[in-house]
Amino acid sequence: MALFASLSERLNHIFSKLTKRGKLTELEIRQAMREVRIALLEADVNLRVAKDFIAQVSEKAVGQQVLESLNPAQQVIKIVNEELIALMGPSNAKLEVSPKPPTVIMMCGLQGAGKTTMCAKLAVQLKKQGKRPLLVAGDIYRPAAIDQLKVVGGKAGAEVFERGTQDPVKTARQAVEYANKMGFDTVVIDTAGRLHIDEKLMQELENIKREVEITEILLTVDAMTGQDAVNVAETFNSRLGVTGVILTKLDGDTRGGACLSIKAVTGKPIKFIGVGEKLTDLEPFYPDRMASRILGMGDVLSLIERAQEAVSEKEAKELEKKMRENSFTLSDYLTQFEALKKMGGAGALLSMLPGAGKMKLRESDFDEKKIERIRAIILSMTPKERDNPQIINYSRKKRIAMGSGTTLQDINQLLKQFEQTKQLMKQMKGGKGRMRLPF
Amino acid sequence: MSFFGKIKDALKKTKETVSHKMRQLFLKNKLGDAFYDELEEILISSDVSVRTAEDVVEQVKEEAIGGKIKDEQFVTDLLKDILEDTLNEAPMPEIKYPCVIMLVGVNGVGKTTTIGKVANWFIRQKKSVLVAAADTFRAAAIDQLAVWADRAKVRIVKHEEGSDPSAVVFDAVSSAKARGTDVLLIDTAGRLHVKDNLMNELKKMDRVVAREFPEAHFYKFLVLDATTGQNAYSQARVFKDAVSLDGIVLTKLDGTAKGGFVFSLCGELKVPVVFAGVGEKIEDLELFDAEQFVEGFI
Repeated sequence: MALFASLSERLNHIFSKLTKRGKLTELEIRQAMREVRIALLEADVNLRVAKDFIAQVSEKAVGQQVLESLNPAQQVIKIVNEELIALMGPSNAKLEVSPKPPTVIMMCGLQGAGKTTMCAKLAVQLKKQGKRPLLVAGDIYRPAAIDQLKVVGGKAGAEVFERGTQDPVKTARQAVEYANKMGFDTVVIDTAGRLHIDEKLMQELENIKREVEITEILLTVDAMTGQDAVNVAETFNSRLGVTGVILTKLDGDTRGGACLSIKAVTGKPIKFIGVGEKLTDLEPFYPDRMASRILGMGDVLSLIERAQEAVSEKEAKELEKKMRENSFTLSDYLTQFEALKKMGGAGALLSMLPGAGKMKLRESDFDEKKIERIRAIILSMTPKERDNPQIINYSRKKRIAMGSGTTLQDINQLLKQFEQTKQLMKQMKGGKGRMRLPF
Repeated sequence: MSFFGKIKDALKKTKETVSHKMRQLFLKNKLGDAFYDELEEILISSDVSVRTAEDVVEQVKEEAIGGKIKDEQFVTDLLKDILEDTLNEAPMPEIKYPCVIMLVGVNGVGKTTTIGKVANWFIRQKKSVLVAAADTFRAAAIDQLAVWADRAKVRIVKHEEGSDPSAVVFDAVSSAKARGTDVLLIDTAGRLHVKDNLMNELKKMDRVVAREFPEAHFYKFLVLDATTGQNAYSQARVFKDAVSLDGIVLTKLDGTAKGGFVFSLCGELKVPVVFAGVGEKIEDLELFDAEQFVEGFI
């Protein structure tokens, strides 16, 4: 069940008796807001935050003219969506740079939020901007945390400063001195994960803050965090004065309502989001996309952006022309699949589609291996066969099967699919003629 | 301190307890739907799933007829009973030896630490333990496990970082069989449940154990971070579909989060909570106890 559909359906139901007066009444809004509240809670938005938010939105929504182009349910969702964006905005805040180098960034957060990995991701990002980052191993408690930073730092091509298990406060001070001497312009201090109620360890962070001049204190939060996110964020912020937030593990199917809670209680901007295990999987935060996600509307914008990155306009135009002329070949078919792969694979795409998280439809239905197989089959064909699949007879099929390590059935299936896609394109030709992926 | 006390105490770290909120609710003297709506919200604000909260409140509504709804003690006790029954819907598995226990879960929930604690727990039961470092993906995960193995004084089977985790599992199984080890604990890499290729890798390890060590009792435990919210259900459902789960280890209960999602996991998915992690030390792991959990939860 797609969640957006469900919220929108639920709202539609409430408004089904709505007369054509053109205005939403207070009762209708109240009923609608109950549904919105549940949607927010299911997305892990903190109850307190959700309630305040709903109160605000209700005020704005009562008496609103129902726009002609939208039905009342969508009207309400639009208002909610806009308010969410406003609350989480302004759009992506950049990292502060200290006027007096080095810029010092201190990471903090609960255990397992992803701080160490994030240090390396930041290093990659900083290097891309032409900076020279130094990573500092300040987690002396978790076994092998220093080794982990050294390994991921190495992968990021950043130097790692460590002094074993000596007091992290001292290590931080020495690291900044070292950075000054060696010309590193940015210092990223990894710290141990700690519970916000762990007095001794919270004190340690305060001491680091006192010892070195820190430009950014970034609270790293697991996007899957539930109602407790407010307690965590509130405590870290009140003790340390957090300057920004990084949300990690957004490549899962969490709706990430914790993000709203944190923004609401700290007022601090969300600077980055972690979207994968690779060191390049770090993205700026876009409030509008997050709002859609919290409401279960999927991240269609990111999807479009990725599609644009993977398929150049020229390619798209060419494809469109081919479709018009009905000269779409197996080579083009393969190009489409490759584009899909470039976009992060069918699974990544699906996760961004509205409601996909709740749908039964998962990656297995769009098996990456299947795409690999299609690739192998097409690459085992001669150019002539790719352009004229009708010439592929039994003996050719046998050869292709041998060459690609597949079976005759696989090849028949692919050819059938290709024909269907071609048929589909023919039908589309009369319409808007927009490029579409074969599913 | 008794270990029951530990779970209960761990849960009492916050002033915003369910019972505190319930007292406020009774003071407000609300009636009818307003009362039930708020009761539902109290549960949800401890990460109980929306659906479970609705179910639980529905049951309270049925039982607390007439004047009883104003009786705070009655409603509190009723709520405790309902929640405990929900937990008991998934019976604890009986651990038989020799056994293989594989810990699975998303990134950062505390699998490696938990392996150390579980190893120590079995050592205290006078069992022989072997741990397998099948998280070959995360940087330094093998070293981290080696430290825990050392602390628990158990043997470890490990390969190079980046090697095939199934090969580690294979070797560990061979070693456990050869030595007649009582308990083989397998650490696996954290993986988000939405990543099919990683879930397939897990299924492969699952098959290797089942095929190579059919005489062992094979348990798969999902490690869940108590600070997780509604996503816990999705995690449990997908991991259960992939490798079938025999239990849950709830970690980080020493924070202020209560892990209210476990009710829907026990009630709907029928997966029991087996262990609870209540601190950073190796002995900070307790067998889960539904009654004490509910006491602490409320």
